[in-house]
Amino acid sequence: MLILECPYCGVKAEETELAAGGEAHLKRFGPGSSDEEFHDYLFMRENPKGVHFERWRHANGCGKWFHAARCTMTLEVFGTYSAQTTEPPKEIQDKISEKRPNWTWRDVK
Amino acid sequence: MKRYSAFAVAREALRYHTGWERAWRSPEPKRRYDVIIVGAGGHGLATAYFLGKNFGITNVAVLEKGWLGGGNTGRNTTIIRSNYLQDPSAAIYEKARSLYETMSQDLNYNVMFSPRGVIMLAQTEHEVRGYKRTAHANALQGVQTEWIEPARVKELVPIINLEGPRYPVLGGLWQERGGTARHDAVAWGYARACSAMGMDIIQKCEVTGVRSENGRVVGVDTTKGAIDCDKLGMVVAGNCSHLSEMAGFRLPVESVALQALVSEPIKPCMDVVVMANTVHGYMSQSDKGEMVIGGGTDGFNNYTQRGSFHHIEETVRALNETFPMVSRLKMLRQWGGIVDVTGDRSPLISKTPVDNIFVNAGWGTGGFKAIPGSGWAMAELMATGHSPLAEEFSMMRFKEGKFIDESVAAGVAH
Repeated sequence: MLILECPYCGVKAEETELAAGGEAHLKRFGPGSSDEEFHDYLFMRENPKGVHFERWRHANGCGKWFHAARCTMTLEVFGTYSAQTTEPPKEIQDKISEKRPNWTWRDVK
Repeated sequence: MKRYSAFAVAREALRYHTGWERAWRSPEPKRRYDVIIVGAGGHGLATAYFLGKNFGITNVAVLEKGWLGGGNTGRNTTIIRSNYLQDPSAAIYEKARSLYETMSQDLNYNVMFSPRGVIMLAQTEHEVRGYKRTAHANALQGVQTEWIEPARVKELVPIINLEGPRYPVLGGLWQERGGTARHDAVAWGYARACSAMGMDIIQKCEVTGVRSENGRVVGVDTTKGAIDCDKLGMVVAGNCSHLSEMAGFRLPVESVALQALVSEPIKPCMDVVVMANTVHGYMSQSDKGEMVIGGGTDGFNNYTQRGSFHHIEETVRALNETFPMVSRLKMLRQWGGIVDVTGDRSPLISKTPVDNIFVNAGWGTGGFKAIPGSGWAMAELMATGHSPLAEEFSMMRFKEGKFIDESVAAGVAH
């Protein structure tokens, strides 16, 4: 059972309390962007085997959106953090590097 | 290859079954093949089979990192149907369904195809409208389906409870020619036929890199060494993003876990397949007597082949309401498989940015039923560069806005 700690209300919520919201840190493209950029923004996801950043909503709790860093190969959770950021905070990145030495924060595509 | 027949069974019975030969060879890879298929599941083996049968291309290797048919081919709930709303889907799934009808004879391998009929229950007013629309669309597409009223549903499925507490049964979409087949046998039958045509099926051989020169594929690196090829077909589920990354391009898919479970074997009680999409559950009874139950996907990316427990609970709860007798059943096994889901819930059968690499992936929650049609189309695409069945499933469709939108078409369980 997946358990994530909501960074807003501090509750350790299990999966049935949460709603998954897909990949986090997407850069949005709209009017004025190229077809390529718009296509990638809409349909291309990282889908990594390993470290994944994603959006979750504490749906049956405080109702707020937050971010989580998780491994898709082991379901290990590296941590959760506020959604008011464009990239994972340094302590989360350091924590991941400690456990996955070859890992690097991707360029946001 | 010795043919299987009633005579062969009698002959072997007389000599203590010592004369059966291995169904397929397990050779070491050669240095070079005309075509390499990555993935020895149903779709990969069907692609290889039709390359040989329809186009005479037999210098083919099928590479598999695990064992043959050990991925989603052996993990699905074996349902075969073609009652889709959109024309391109109906075309390829109906092609597949019709090929299933003669598959045992074509392959000389009993795949136990059982056209027992598939009902998709309508349990909300929206579903009623949706399925009536699908029935009309199917009539135009030449797919034989019909809308049936609750009384007929009860007649076909005596164990059903029409007056469920949450979602009463308001009717259903009935495809009489749909059914089930033995999923392992589909992979084994194709493997045997491919091997007999001289193709090499190489198991425990993981692709670790894809080599290309001047935008054209030249070979792959594997755990059994480098192998050269003219054409490469990526026919994998659950790892297609990983594989395409090796080749230097991306696919519009996300990988999630889908689960299924089976009960203890009981006496025959339901001789059709029932799908209930509103409550995310579907059920059929296997030839062994087990109730085979499939559920919904998890909402998050996952490569572990394990799903979340609460999805099973939701599925079983829903089935308890619709089939009260299920509440007394013990469940024997539960498992998960990783399915690749695209934005419009339709698969990719497509050329790629690298010349001579072709991809057949993204079947999401409904790949098994499509195996022969998918192999047929993929083989045609790889051999001739064009396939009418595959045309609409190009990965370019997302750029062009030509979706095959089954995610809202009420034709797909997911």
